[in-house]
Amino acid sequence: MYQWDFGILWSYRWLFLNGLGVTVGFTVVIVLLGLVFGLLGAFGTLSRFKAVRLTALTFIEAFRCTPILVQLIWFYYALPILAGVEMTPITASALALSLYGGSFYSEIIRGGIISIDKGQSEAGAALGMTPGQSMRRIVLPQAIKRMIPALMNQSIIQFKNTSLVSVLAVPDLVYQSQVAAHDSYRPLETYTAVAVAYAAILIPLTIIVRRGEKRLAVSE
Amino acid sequence: MSETSKIEIRGLRKSFGSNEVLKNINLDVAKGGVVALIGPSGSGKSTLLRCINLLVVPDGGSVRVGDISFAFGDGAKLPDVKTLAKFRATTGMVFQHFNLFPHMTTLQNVMEGPVTVRRMAKADAEKLARAQLAKVGLAEKADQYPTTLSGGQKQRVAIARALAMEPDVMLFDEATSALDPELVGEVLSVIQQLASEGMTMVIVTHEIAFAREVADRLIFMRDGVVVEEGPARQVIDNPREAATRAFLSHFHRTGALPPANATS
Repeated sequence: MYQWDFGILWSYRWLFLNGLGVTVGFTVVIVLLGLVFGLLGAFGTLSRFKAVRLTALTFIEAFRCTPILVQLIWFYYALPILAGVEMTPITASALALSLYGGSFYSEIIRGGIISIDKGQSEAGAALGMTPGQSMRRIVLPQAIKRMIPALMNQSIIQFKNTSLVSVLAVPDLVYQSQVAAHDSYRPLETYTAVAVAYAAILIPLTIIVRRGEKRLAVSE
Repeated sequence: MSETSKIEIRGLRKSFGSNEVLKNINLDVAKGGVVALIGPSGSGKSTLLRCINLLVVPDGGSVRVGDISFAFGDGAKLPDVKTLAKFRATTGMVFQHFNLFPHMTTLQNVMEGPVTVRRMAKADAEKLARAQLAKVGLAEKADQYPTTLSGGQKQRVAIARALAMEPDVMLFDEATSALDPELVGEVLSVIQQLASEGMTMVIVTHEIAFAREVADRLIFMRDGVVVEEGPARQVIDNPREAATRAFLSHFHRTGALPPANATS
């Protein structure tokens, strides 16, 4: 029977905290940047202009249909060779993860927008609103409510996807725990603790979002 | 007639794909006139109505409402979104399925046009909106959300919302078709009141008895053309065309209107 000894991890606490800080900070950046890419992608696919639609679609499918691990490596190793663009591991992984997340956010946002009954934007138009006004005042406020569960889901995946940046030696929680595991010869304790840390952050977040959803749903 | 007409439509054509929905339609509505559009489904009456405020952009012909006119067809440039929006602000439209904004209270629904489109100050818009809600008998529902209202109440809010833009023309697209029978009366009575106040209106409806009562002119459409047109009572009581007769035979043409229960 294996003898668990979590006490040993205490001496690595600063390493873990450091890694956790990088993971959380990274997630904030890639979720925000991803939402920007997602909005661009969504409105791109809904554009009146074919060229814009095609560009947006190409972006979405390129990032949605290739593995994120490959994208990370590609951004860091291939871009310098092909395009002469040198990036630090942090920039490369932030960009890759944001674009990857953005491609999924795009489809969530687009789906939310087109799920709103056409009569809503027609009613806006009949009042004399421009398409932009009816999007902002009528369609988006309703669509965002429907997008929230899916956006949250995707953001949870994004949070966990940050663990992949350890392949580019970005010192996130997983990378630091690898260091700790090699040093302590206690991988079981280390990775169990890491799993608990991810869950300990995500579970309260999901509860907060569920509450928010309920509040938003009152008017519908 | 064309000197005094509020709405003038000439040679209007519209196709959806290979389906020609409107074939060379002409229509005049006098200032303060009430025109009822009737006809079987698929006859093009709703499309015609939507062409009046350019919610549907015609393929050919011309549309004039008040002083603003547009021509369509070969060589004519399509109006840009700002011009379209400004034009639509002068006409009010009421939809079959109400299309109220579910994320806003009744009051906010009615205020939305004045605030967003007319850039009216919130306080002024609220005063205007409350007055319009009172007019349709729903002043006390101001702070409720649309989901809590009955169909008839929803449609009256939709009418108030359109009226808050202080339009020159009101367009009704089967405004009572989605309502339970007992709720039709309250909506018709609001429309009737508007007619008596001299609002210029075009009404797409299946309520033949109502059309006979309220409209001064009636247009019967089938397959994208106007089959018969004339004073409402005359067309309904003594239709000239066989097609009109056949269509009207499905309805009770006279008799009492559904009662308007003032209770809301």
